[in-house]
Amino acid sequence: MVNIKINGMPYTVPEGISILDAAKQNGIDIPTLCYLRDINEIGACRICVVEVKGARSLVAACVYPVNEGMEIITNSEKIHESRKMTLELILSNHEKSCLFCVRSGSCELQKLAQEYGLDDPMAWAGEQNRYEIDESAVHMWRNNNKCILCRRCSAVCAKTQAVGVIGANNRGFKTHIGQAFELDLAEVPCVSCGQCITVCPVGAIGEKDDGPKVTAAIRDPEKFVCVQTAPSVRATLGEEFGLPVGTNVEGKMAAALRRLGFDKVFDTDFGADLTIMEEANELVERVKNGGKLPMITSCSPGWINFCEMYYPDMLENLSSCKSPQQMFGGILKTYYAEKAGIDPKKIVSVSVMPCTAKKYEIGRADQSAAGVPDLDISITTRELARMIRRAGIDFANLPEEKFDSPLGIGSGAGHIFGATGGVMEAALRTAAEWITGQPGAPLEFHEVRGTEGVKEASYKLGDLEVKVAVTSGLVNARKVLDAVKNGEKDYTFIEVMACPGGCVNGGGQPYQPASVRNFTDLKALRAKALYDEDAGMELRRSHENPAIKKLYEEFLEKPGSHVAHKVLHTTYKPRKRYDIKEK
Amino acid sequence: MANTISSLKFSGTKEQEAELKKVIAEYKDQKGALMPIMQHAQEIYGYLPIEVQTMIAEGLDIPLEEVYGVATFYAQFALNPKGRYKISVCLGTACYVKGSGEVYERLQTILGIKGGECTPDGKFSLEACRCVGACGLAPVMMINDEVYGRLNPDDVEDILNRYNDK
Repeated sequence: MVNIKINGMPYTVPEGISILDAAKQNGIDIPTLCYLRDINEIGACRICVVEVKGARSLVAACVYPVNEGMEIITNSEKIHESRKMTLELILSNHEKSCLFCVRSGSCELQKLAQEYGLDDPMAWAGEQNRYEIDESAVHMWRNNNKCILCRRCSAVCAKTQAVGVIGANNRGFKTHIGQAFELDLAEVPCVSCGQCITVCPVGAIGEKDDGPKVTAAIRDPEKFVCVQTAPSVRATLGEEFGLPVGTNVEGKMAAALRRLGFDKVFDTDFGADLTIMEEANELVERVKNGGKLPMITSCSPGWINFCEMYYPDMLENLSSCKSPQQMFGGILKTYYAEKAGIDPKKIVSVSVMPCTAKKYEIGRADQSAAGVPDLDISITTRELARMIRRAGIDFANLPEEKFDSPLGIGSGAGHIFGATGGVMEAALRTAAEWITGQPGAPLEFHEVRGTEGVKEASYKLGDLEVKVAVTSGLVNARKVLDAVKNGEKDYTFIEVMACPGGCVNGGGQPYQPASVRNFTDLKALRAKALYDEDAGMELRRSHENPAIKKLYEEFLEKPGSHVAHKVLHTTYKPRKRYDIKEK
Repeated sequence: MANTISSLKFSGTKEQEAELKKVIAEYKDQKGALMPIMQHAQEIYGYLPIEVQTMIAEGLDIPLEEVYGVATFYAQFALNPKGRYKISVCLGTACYVKGSGEVYERLQTILGIKGGECTPDGKFSLEACRCVGACGLAPVMMINDEVYGRLNPDDVEDILNRYNDK
């Protein structure tokens, strides 16, 4: 511990932590812009500058460590003027179309501009860069005219996801975030995870907004519009309406969707339970019949993209199961359409997902069980929140409602799909009973819970030893896959989720500013909402879900049946990493 | 934005590739290996096209964008080969005030390439430079070792035509 002074007040803080952290621990906020803990610690933007007695110039609090006797000032006139000028300079080359910007209200630059009383829109006026907006990818756009070059996006892409398709090109005034050889985003091996969107402090990156397509479908009297919501969306949607991180808003969400005019409000948890039926069966079959092991989960479309482009030699390890979203869509347009007497061509199948890669997934080949696409429109949690606001729905004061039957029934196992380890635990709950042939097998598998990037465990299910690994964040997935390839590790079953912490921290989840991200474990708080709900439920095993049982009785026969394969399974193909169009 | 992949077909040889692989193997495990490898690669190939940068990225197991980011940060790295005739237009102060910017623009129009690029037939490459030590002749350009001074944008076409027969 060291003794320091901040603004004249004495404090004792751990040695070596940053000034930013030392101040935060003692109730003093220092503004930041480029800093993102563990991801982007480059001290580049100069917003967090403070005075340190004896230092030559102002220092960047985010990366400057404290030491014994240090005297720090965080709010002098000099600091205020410096931060204000930095903001003015950033804004001098920024497209100031804030009124029309998707980030207006959640923009970290806008907030600072207000806090520092910026009053001259023409300050440092001069040449401005003009860039084309890259709209080539199906899931997102990038607008460099609003980019402030903080590099949070490229850092998360390279360090968290081990993908690194966007980065800083050129130098000086011409510096811009781009792809190698200024290729379009759609031409480079972007996995569509959307992590760059969630970390962008401004409106330089965003998902393609498919909300208007959904609204148009709802307003079309010819269409029967059904929505499903992913497990993790109920754990995060509340943040968009000012509720604390980790508030479960399942009931209000169902009520809001009904008021938006969806004909049926269903739950992807049903699809998750169905995935477990097929995936647990596939695992047992592979183990019994000497199939390819380790088997790897296939729920996360960002992960599937990554595997196809970066680990094509491991495609055989992937479960052939479609993702819960797609399984749900397939059942909706086959089984449900027939039962309800609706032409599948009239059904518009909509999903609300924590994920931008789902926008890519819906266009994949071999995902049309009824001869029409399983899924028509996939929107993110953020897009749903926008629709709710636009419709004038007072979310916080909505009543709690239930999903519609039968595709709205989900188990606790389905709920926890939204967090890293959840798919594994859900699969183990079912596999344990199937393998031992006895009801009452273990229900909770705590070793695979938690937000660490790699988790390992070994379970004895009957005579069978099942060695499992759970990983999230593609940089961690890479470690696990490499260890398997090198023969260092031998697993039976691996769960991979592309986003760190799983879907609760997906690329389509609500924005949280760095001021929150840097000091809160979003992943853990959001995951807790799912595990808490699971713990309080009667129905906690996928194979006990009555709607699932009925589905197999009436339509699918048994897991892995011919019809199940037709509707619920798919194949993967190696993909070229650089798919460059002819000029 | 149009991509910056060279319009000239890559014509690297097996020998060049073997040499580059040797360099990569030599530096691979050192910290800061990227810059020296890129410098050697440019010595081997004369420039760093996407094919070469891809070999470097794969050799070091890093994203292609990381290599490209470095290649475009430093003026010493070229994305395009030099032409048989290398045109350098001085954009130093004296030449610039005497109108070399317009000469540079005219060359880009006539050749159909931007600064830093090479014509698809490999004949002319164009770049800007800073002061060739002939300020008295401003504005100045050089084609290989030949200096052309007191230029007017309208002179440019005739000068280029002198290289037609060669």
